[in-house]
Amino acid sequence: MGIVSPGFQGRPRTQEPALPPGQYLTEDFPVLSAGPTPRVPLDTWEFVIAAENGSEHRWSWQELMALPQETPMVDIHCVTRWSKLGTNWQGVSLDTLLADVDTGAHFALAHSYGGYTTNLPLDDLRGGRAWVVHTFDGAPLPAEHGGPARLLVPHLYFWKSAKWVRGLRLKTMDEPGFWETAGYHDYGDPWREQRYQGD
Amino acid sequence: MTEMSYLDGNMLDGPMRELFTVDLSSAMGRCENCGMTGSMASLHVYSNAPGLVARCPSCEQVMLRLVRGPDRAWLDMRGTTFLQVPMPMEQPFPGPL
Amino acid sequence: MATSKPPRTANRWQVARLVERRVETRTAQTLVLEVPDWPGHLPGQHVDLRLTAPDGYQAARSYSIAGPVVDGPGGPRVEVTVQRVHDGEVSPYLIDVFGDGDPLEVRGPLGGWFIWRPEETAPVQLVAGGSGIVPLMAMIRARRAAGSKVPFRLIYSVRTPSDVIYADELRRRVRDDFGLDIAYVYTREAPEGWRGEPHRIGLADVNTHGWPPDLQPLTYVCGPTAFVETVADLLVGLGHPSRQVKTERFGPTG
Repeated sequence: MGIVSPGFQGRPRTQEPALPPGQYLTEDFPVLSAGPTPRVPLDTWEFVIAAENGSEHRWSWQELMALPQETPMVDIHCVTRWSKLGTNWQGVSLDTLLADVDTGAHFALAHSYGGYTTNLPLDDLRGGRAWVVHTFDGAPLPAEHGGPARLLVPHLYFWKSAKWVRGLRLKTMDEPGFWETAGYHDYGDPWREQRYQGD
Repeated sequence: MTEMSYLDGNMLDGPMRELFTVDLSSAMGRCENCGMTGSMASLHVYSNAPGLVARCPSCEQVMLRLVRGPDRAWLDMRGTTFLQVPMPMEQPFPGPL
Repeated sequence: MATSKPPRTANRWQVARLVERRVETRTAQTLVLEVPDWPGHLPGQHVDLRLTAPDGYQAARSYSIAGPVVDGPGGPRVEVTVQRVHDGEVSPYLIDVFGDGDPLEVRGPLGGWFIWRPEETAPVQLVAGGSGIVPLMAMIRARRAAGSKVPFRLIYSVRTPSDVIYADELRRRVRDDFGLDIAYVYTREAPEGWRGEPHRIGLADVNTHGWPPDLQPLTYVCGPTAFVETVADLLVGLGHPSRQVKTERFGPTG
């Protein structure tokens, strides 16, 4: 521990029951980025689920919009320690998108326009816990927050909710993604504070 | 603050000094993806992120990533073919170590 | 480029204490820190400052060094200029709370690229956006301290006249430092009697107040990322080789 600077507190670190350990509450919506923001025109946008047997399911923007829409209100937790409570989204449940996909895979690697990837157990994308969302607070999702569409998996750290999501590759073996190959946890449960590998 | 949210490779100096004594900003590096060779100080560094992501200013591919946990650090340089580091002229006829 | 071996002290954190504070603008202050083992630095380098809370929580930020090292009774003194970042975690503490004699930790000097060496002979153009003036001011101060005759031109973009950091000193130096020229660009509000409208920096500003490429000047651009991007593009468009245009971008990290 370094020498204490008198009066320095840093960000509030008081425990609130709604917050996972080590998180602080924020009212704004910080923009995190690991690269240039991709601009994806809606007429060429697509979402693809590729199963481990090589079969593919594709949705255009119009097809995604024609699917049943849900409006999850969820808390989100970023591994950089901010949490935001009661965020409002609109999108399509992964249960809907995975309904007709024939797979025995246990893992998914989400991949994005711009090259980002993140891995998740396929079960965590099912059971009403994950969505492809395109609307935030009643307005189209801005590009800096992952628009046209991003993954929303709020029960895991927010880096799992891939911005600019383009598809899922279903896998029998877990394949670590962008942050998971650089020290971050393969699962990332904020309530168990699984930030880094081995946590 | 959206498109323009990166900094210069300069800022990698402090974090990298925790690992190595090399002054990274006076080193040159070659991008594994496009082959461009230039000062590491001119990389585009995205720091509003779970770790530091340094990209080639020419092709924007990732050349270096540095993640710092409380008791560990992870360094990934697979996007960098080589680092060329200036050395003091103390060995006029250097051999392979 | 000859590069000296990085001094060992640059790699470790050492305790520094506040010995003096100067108010520069409504939102910027210069902190003079006494750093007993400071190994010296070159103009343009920066230093990391680290704060620790009683429970061990730490926050570190990079700041540009504002001028040459000064010898004080308790050892070398290093100046940084801190711009308040709204909702920031570190800058409001440094400006509002950090008191005379209080300790923090420093690591440095850092950065061996965005530097100007007083033995250089090429003309220099400096382009500053907002608090991007700080490392460029270090170069202007070092030029005078070294008795360099190299011609310097500074283009300094600010929102309003009251946002000019080091305003009095810059006025004085334009008068006294032979070979230093300064042009201001005001983006929101210009001073009384200023010719022209407030505007964002553009080709005409860089073309009129900078050096032409055939003089092969060294160029240093420092400011927010978007500002630096604009200016670097303008300079390269005018024919300055991109490796002669050194940039330092900063983001609002608080």
